[in-house]
Parts: sequence; C-alpha cells; structure tokens
Amino acid sequence: MISIPLAFLGAFGGAIDFIFHSREAATGGIQVGGLDQVWELMREHIWVSFLALAVAISIAMPVALYLGHRGKGEMFAIALGNAGRAVPELALIAFAGAFLGFGVINLTAALMVVGIPPILTNTFVAIRQVDQSTVAAARGMGMTEGEVLTRIELPLAAAGIIGGVRTAALNIIATATIAPLAGVLTLGDFIISRNVYGDEGVLAGAILVAALALTVELLLGLLQRALTPEGVRLQRAAASA
Amino acid sequence: VIDNKAFCFSWAVDNFDRYVTPLLQHLVLVSVSVVCGFVIAMVLAVVSYRRGWLVPPVTWATGLLYTVPSIAFFTLLLPVTGRGTDTAIIALTAYTLQIIYRNIITGLVNVPADAKDAGRGMGMTERQLLWRVEMPLALPEIVAGLRIATVSTVAIATLAVFAGAGGLGSELLTDISFKTNIIICGGLAMAMAIVLDVSLLLIQRWLTPWRSRRLANEERTRRWFALRSPVGAS
Repeated sequence: MISIPLAFLGAFGGAIDFIFHSREAATGGIQVGGLDQVWELMREHIWVSFLALAVAISIAMPVALYLGHRGKGEMFAIALGNAGRAVPELALIAFAGAFLGFGVINLTAALMVVGIPPILTNTFVAIRQVDQSTVAAARGMGMTEGEVLTRIELPLAAAGIIGGVRTAALNIIATATIAPLAGVLTLGDFIISRNVYGDEGVLAGAILVAALALTVELLLGLLQRALTPEGVRLQRAAASA
Repeated sequence: VIDNKAFCFSWAVDNFDRYVTPLLQHLVLVSVSVVCGFVIAMVLAVVSYRRGWLVPPVTWATGLLYTVPSIAFFTLLLPVTGRGTDTAIIALTAYTLQIIYRNIITGLVNVPADAKDAGRGMGMTERQLLWRVEMPLALPEIVAGLRIATVSTVAIATLAVFAGAGGLGSELLTDISFKTNIIICGGLAMAMAIVLDVSLLLIQRWLTPWRSRRLANEERTRRWFALRSPVGAS
C-alpha cells in the first residue's frame, strides 16, 4: 500500500522507508534503519551537540562580555572569528580521533573549536554596537558596571548574541555529523558507513541531519525574536517603515 | 615501519607526490564554486537591489541553503546529480551565495548618498550610477564577502569526498588514523585558505587604488575611536 506513493519519490522514497522500517544490513546479519536506530543515533547527535554548545557558551560568552563591555581585544575577537571559519571539519574530527582518542569528551573538545569563534565574535560585536549614549545615560543614572552590562548592554545585544549561538549550534551539528570517524555514533553514521546502510541509508541520514539543523535554526530564531526587547523591535519597525 | 606517534617528517617528504592531485582537485572545487557563487549572487543583487522588497526573501532563501549541513547537502544531491565533481560544485556554490549576496547588498547600501548625488548631478542614468559609482565604492565590502566565502569553501570542500569529488578530504579519508596524513591534509587546506585570502586582499587593494593605505589607516583610526568614545556622536 505505502510503497506506491513512495515509488514516486524514487530514491527519496527508499530513504523515508529506511527511516521508518528496519531492514537487513547490506553487509548481512544485523537489522539496520527503522525508528529505533534513528532515535538512538539522533539522541546521541543531539546530546554531543548540546554538550559542545553548552561548554562553548560557558567559555566564550564571559570572555566576550568582558571584552565587549571594556571595549578591549577587538582584533582578537574578529581574528578568532575569521580563523574559526578556516578550520576544515574533516581534519578537525580526524585530528581529535587520532591525537586525543575516541569518545564523547574528546569529541566535545573538537566541536568547541567550531563553536567558540562565532559565539565570541558575535557577542563581542553585539555588545560593542549598543548605542554608547545609552550606556553613558545608564552610568549617569548611577548604575554600577555590572548593572550596565546586565540591564542595558545584555538586553540590547540579546538578538546579536543569540545570532552567534545559532551559528555555533549549526556548525556543531554539522560537524557532529562526521563524529563517527572519532568513534561517536551520530546520525552521520548512516552517511559514512555506506557499506552497511546502503544508498538509501545514506540519503536517510542526510534527510535527518538536514531536518535536525533546520529545526534548531527555527527554534533559535524564535528565541532570538522572543529575547529582542519590545522597544528595540518597535524602533526597528519604525526605521524600516 | 612508519612512526605514528606524531608527525613523521621523512614520510612526508618521501610521499608528498600523492598530495599534489588532491590539492589541485581541491583548488578547482573551491575556485569554480566561488566564481559561480559570485556570478549568481551578483545577478541576484543587481536584480533585487533596486526593488527593495526582493531583498528579504532572497536573504532568507540563501540563508536557508546555508543552514543545511554541508555533508547532508552533498548526499542529498547524489540521487539527483550523481556522484562527482558537479554535485560538489553545486553544493559548494549554494553555500557561498548567502555571504557574497549579503556583502554586495551591504556594500551598495553603505555607498555615501553624496557620491550618488554627485553621479546623478553629472547626468548618469541609474545603470551608469550602479556600475560606475555604487559598485566601485562597494568593492571593499564585496571582496570582504568573497574572502569569507573562499575561506569557508576551502574548509567545507574537505567534505566533498562524500559527494565522490576527491580533494584533500578524500586523501585524508584513505588513512584517517595516520597522524602525519591528517596533519598534511589539514595543513594544506588551511594554507590554501590563507593564500587565497591574502591574494583576494591584494586584488582588492589593486582594484581600489583610491583607497590608499593612508586613507584606509585614517578610516581604521576613526572607527577605532568611534567604537571607544564614551558618547557616540552618531
């Protein structure tokens, strides 16, 4: 019954079938695919990505907030962002696997390399772009430096900061796809172990990874909108009208 | 017996030949993709710039392409375009669009109104104004976009091996546990990114002689102070 519409989709139909129903592996013996295995790999993918993102945020954010608030280290913040883009993901994961060893901890360390630069650069720039007369007004009202940062700069820079977290999250999810090369089985295993899962498994992996990335992008986009103060939103609407 | 403790220099010297072909493949993937991406982004920018309402949807669409993880993009194209260089170039081109397009638009928007008025005063048509005033003045921003796109494409192209397109990634995958191999492939990719980045910067300097180094330095100083002045004079 279900195979008729799926046949129309060609290879993609096969990939969707792979996601919902398990089958015998191309190498024989074991059962692969199906929701159980998809869920297992998805969970691992989300877990390592979340872990790497959380560590990257907790390292990069305080540094960027401090530098941004003090207006120091502009060259460092910008250069780090540029250097981060030049890191080849495949070499990074291979490096982690061969030099640090397999496992979630070492993988997290490697994923931080693609997560920290966008968070640091975007947070720094967002804080620096807060209108300096607003900051001066806050100081004039007698706010301490800590209050200026948390009650003025942080809310006004929130959208830009979440933008950086969004880029970092996408970088990490994309790079975690090749994590099986460092011994952590994520959704990328469907793509990398083509001899086990076959072409339909490869395609299924690609669909799942793309869906995961788009979902995270959507959620963080909504968070970005929610965290933008009403005043800033009104100001922007007025400016574009 | 090959030493797999860290970097084996003698092996690297003896076996460097095997990296020449992947390196050239990589260079072809990157240059073709960035050139295609530049042409497409330029067309999109020229079409949408004068029609402001087109800018948000184009930005959104190119951003969506950029969101799909590269390895997924390569493999999603396989049933449609087959394994090989073409598939890799399509995906890599799609990735460059967002950055290049955004920078062309930003560059055009930031052209000083005075310069445009002067052009109009000289009797330029809208088309002349675009190509003789706005584009040249937007050039530094456009080249900045090309540089970012090039550097990221060099890195992403290591994954083109999953589209069956060779490159440094395929040489890396042939022996992924051999440390010397990892360092050579990763090092070559990063070196290529740096060389292309600096080349583009030099091309930009050569194309915009009116932005002499003195002027550029003055501008940098001005920006430096603008960022730090306690009360912005905006």
